[in-house]
Amino acid sequence: MTKPRTLFDKLWDSHLVRPQTADTPAVLYIDLHLIHEVTSPQAFTWLRERGLTVRQPARTVATMDHSIPTTPRGADGKFKILDQQAEKQLSQLAQNCQEFGIELFALGSEGQGIVHVIGPELGLTQPGMTIVCGDSHTSTHGAFGALAFGIGTSEVSHVLATQCLLQNRPKTMAITVEGQLRPGVTAKDIILAVIARLGIGGGTGHVIEYRGSAIRALSMEERMTVCNMSIEAGARAGMVAPDDVTFHYLAGRPRAPQGADWDRAVEAWKRLPSDEGATFDREEKFDAAKLEPMITYGTNPGMGIGISAAVPAPENATMEKALGYMGLEAGKPLLGKPIDVVFIGSCTNSRISDLRQAATVFKGRKVSSGVRAMVVPGSQRVKKQAEAEGLDRVFLEAGAEWREAGCSMCIAMNGDQLRPGQYAVSTSNRNFEGRQGAGGRTFLASPLTAAAAAVTGRITDARQLVG
Amino acid sequence: MEPIRTFETKTVVLPIENVDTDQIIPARFLKVTSKVGIGAHLFADWRYDGAGQEKSDFILNKPEAKGAAVLVAGDNFGCGSSREHAPWALYDYGFRAIVSTSIADIFKSNSLKNGLLPIVVDKATHAKLLAKPGMDVTVSLEKQTLSLTDGTSVKFDIDPFARYCLMNGQDELDFLLAQKEEIARYEATPR
Repeated sequence: MTKPRTLFDKLWDSHLVRPQTADTPAVLYIDLHLIHEVTSPQAFTWLRERGLTVRQPARTVATMDHSIPTTPRGADGKFKILDQQAEKQLSQLAQNCQEFGIELFALGSEGQGIVHVIGPELGLTQPGMTIVCGDSHTSTHGAFGALAFGIGTSEVSHVLATQCLLQNRPKTMAITVEGQLRPGVTAKDIILAVIARLGIGGGTGHVIEYRGSAIRALSMEERMTVCNMSIEAGARAGMVAPDDVTFHYLAGRPRAPQGADWDRAVEAWKRLPSDEGATFDREEKFDAAKLEPMITYGTNPGMGIGISAAVPAPENATMEKALGYMGLEAGKPLLGKPIDVVFIGSCTNSRISDLRQAATVFKGRKVSSGVRAMVVPGSQRVKKQAEAEGLDRVFLEAGAEWREAGCSMCIAMNGDQLRPGQYAVSTSNRNFEGRQGAGGRTFLASPLTAAAAAVTGRITDARQLVG
Repeated sequence: MEPIRTFETKTVVLPIENVDTDQIIPARFLKVTSKVGIGAHLFADWRYDGAGQEKSDFILNKPEAKGAAVLVAGDNFGCGSSREHAPWALYDYGFRAIVSTSIADIFKSNSLKNGLLPIVVDKATHAKLLAKPGMDVTVSLEKQTLSLTDGTSVKFDIDPFARYCLMNGQDELDFLLAQKEEIARYEATPR
């Protein structure tokens, strides 16, 4: 009898062009390569310098998301790019894509959006695939039962030139979440609780498989939120086995298989889940019913607590430095703390279900005076859908900004940024020092918690506003 | 790339844990299309104040840190974003090795492709290095050792293929390009 294999084992084995040896890493085939303007320019330059071509242009898809403005378009329907460096980066991506025959969802096109939002929504992201991108949140795509991870620019050039990567086999970790989430507790709270337990480096060297009844009960968009932040625990990737929720999400998407191909694909995808008896290098268990809405208090995503908890006492100099930067006192609760900005968006929480959740809080309420609330859809398609549902009106009538699709204030390299000292509640994925603008201070939380902060002007338990 | 074998240098100590790549190089400096001169932005928000003046209390701005090619940092160095700009900036500034008790995966992989050695040492060795900033050390990639002035020498792990490439100034891409027949065979196999 063959040894039971995990989802990861199956994906790894089926993509080996050349197995790992004592002297060389494995050569792993990459099915889908996503690129954007910030981490690809040098890779194309190196290809040109060496006279190389792109081996499989049809397996690479490009978009513009990181350095683009998300300010509403002008009356002429055009985007205004004020930053010359960003403009050069964008035009270079367009030129590179044209020269090497790569499909590009450029700024202004219907398909444009955050790379980890458009892959799934187009149906490019599929179970059983290996997917890479020069972006650490590529782990998002693991929600479909794909092996998806972030790479550097050198590796971007490797994939462009050979469609392969040199990789050493990582370890596996099972994170099992059983039971039912209580009302007002979301996928974002699951992953923030996981990272708080593992710590920001706790997953290093591992690929995580999220399993258990609470994970199975999540929608695809919620699973993406969970997998997205795997890297914030240091994990190489995060994944969820494909099931009917996955197939239902993908059916009929423009780039998903169609007709007889679809039936064949689903049959193959059904064989992907980890076999009964398959073992992991490490296992962690969580009880969904015990989870609270989560919020971070420090300067890395592992510094998270339940919304009603007090800021913990610092255990070392690093934590002391974090509390100093955040201007917080140990032993005091975060609830009631006044905030300046609310950012709802990013590859973690900018999909239609995230916006619908935020809208339940904004509806019939006003953004607190003195607070800036930004709602940034993850893609042009999400934006269009939200507008068709009237969500844009809900946000605008509440006094929030309704912006164009992009990474926006999650990375603050596009004009959207905090001022020094400002406090933000953000649905994004990183609260590092200055991440959302030099000197800015970030509390990470769910769309519900962020929206509740927007309308009250303080850190608030959203369950007090929506039942 | 210049082949790396053995080098002697002094250390500079940054005793902070979880130094993320946003600290190593903030995102606003990623709007570049080359990597030339990127070391100017290394640790920008720690090195410079709001007016662009050097902060005198930051370790890299102190005279004793000049010329050090080994950065000793706290646990889990290089976590966060996959930006290769982080090792580019460290290398361009003059660093040739990072020493910590653990180093984040993507940063480690990126460093190995750019002549920057990610060296993981045990807690006791780390503590010795932290206690004596500016210590003279010898890094031997050949022997995979880090030698301290007290005469101790610790062995470090490194991916054997990355080591081979670094010692011979070779590019990992050459190896992948040489696999083109296997890759074509893989692509032709129905799955």
